[in-house]
Amino acid sequence: MSKVEFRGVVKNFGMVEVLRGIDLTVREGEFVCVLGPSGCGKSTLLNIVAGFVTPTEGDVTIDGVAVTQPDPRRIFVFQERGVFPWLNVEQNIGFGLFRLRDGEKHDRIARYVQLVGLQGFERAYPNELSGGMKQRLEVARALAVNPDVLYLDEPFGALDSITRLQMRRELLRIWQAERKTILFVTHDIEESVQLADRVVVMTQRPARIRRIIDVDIPHPRDLSSARYIQIRDQLFAEIGLAHQV
Amino acid sequence: MRKLIPPLITGAVLLAIWSLAVRVSGTTIFPSPTDVARALMSLSEKSLLWSYIRDSLVRVAIGYGVALFIGVPLGMLAGWYTTLERALNPVVQLLRPISPLAWMPLAVIWFGVSNAAPMFLIFLASLFPIIVATANAVRNVPPMFLQAGRNFGLTASQMIRRVIFPAILPRIVVGLRIAFGVAWIVLVASEMIAVDSGLGYLIIDARNAGKRYDLVVAGMLLIGVIGLALDAAFRQIERVRSVRWGFSD
Repeated sequence: MSKVEFRGVVKNFGMVEVLRGIDLTVREGEFVCVLGPSGCGKSTLLNIVAGFVTPTEGDVTIDGVAVTQPDPRRIFVFQERGVFPWLNVEQNIGFGLFRLRDGEKHDRIARYVQLVGLQGFERAYPNELSGGMKQRLEVARALAVNPDVLYLDEPFGALDSITRLQMRRELLRIWQAERKTILFVTHDIEESVQLADRVVVMTQRPARIRRIIDVDIPHPRDLSSARYIQIRDQLFAEIGLAHQV
Repeated sequence: MRKLIPPLITGAVLLAIWSLAVRVSGTTIFPSPTDVARALMSLSEKSLLWSYIRDSLVRVAIGYGVALFIGVPLGMLAGWYTTLERALNPVVQLLRPISPLAWMPLAVIWFGVSNAAPMFLIFLASLFPIIVATANAVRNVPPMFLQAGRNFGLTASQMIRRVIFPAILPRIVVGLRIAFGVAWIVLVASEMIAVDSGLGYLIIDARNAGKRYDLVVAGMLLIGVIGLALDAAFRQIERVRSVRWGFSD
């Protein structure tokens, strides 16, 4: 069932053409990676679907309703810097839960502390957490309001490569447990093949969709399987890179 | 304890130089450290000193407090609404370089020789730094905090309370501390002219009434010590949990 639909989305910032005619359908519960070179406009795409930026032409609908502004049913996850430094872990996770009664809120916070493995750090402040923990905290804060879509904008970009791998595994585990629709923007080819059901490859700016590639490998994915390498190399070729250094 | 040794040495050396200079020059006007200590002792025995200190603190508290209540909201609005900032900025920038003391003649016309005149000057002295610091703080709130707030569906007033205010608090505290330093300086100067009580008045009165320079220096030292103590109190605010994140130490 289709969840998110982009129809002829064009975005210009002044004279600069950023997005040129994006048509894309994301199914309910699907994990879609938007892959493209830095500065190609993929973050703009995500900001449009999240309701932070209005498209110049075309529209985006979610469950058939046009997106006009941000909505707590769809949460945007920034890099780890998006957590509130003046709130501790519990308070951050509870940030969006102001409509709940105290008991319910408390249970919800406990559940998501557990889900992202931050037990024992409930009272810790972000500056006492590692980069990976801050990122998990931000994911927990997003999930706690029980959204049906998550937007992630290069969420692991600032993490070291080992933490990044762990975070991907965590995110997949959470995605499988919670069954959210995920739109994940990245410039990391390997990351997109490890995570996505489908990879949307963007062109240079002004960005169009160059190709959409199905990653038909069941989770957990074997990173040295022939199929993984085949898809990865196909993506390298699409981006216009030979897989050599 | 070890950290205390260098400043103690500096203090001792300065006292020794002071004492020696008075003795060598044979001055009869300038007081020696022991004269000043004696003056301080005799002052503290009189209730007058305590009422002067109280008057000074009340003036600074009210003048500064009113500046706080007007300056922080105004600064927040100016930081948020660019148009308001553009409208206010020329006025603020024009008034800011005018020393608050230059307002003294007007203050005396408006308020007479009363508490209100120094309070008004303290208010003026603290208002502009508070507005400027607050407006800057608001402009520098990382956009992703605001986006996150909107994303979670916060109303405008929730946004101010739960995102903007906590985000700007560390920067405001710094601005408030600077403003307070200026206010304390202006307080003493204005008390020398506009009123007949307070620490500034103590100094000018000691000179005019009998060339009591031991009391003059004692008054100066008191102003320094109380100012230092109040600044230390501000530094404590910077250590409060909800503010400390803004300071990397």
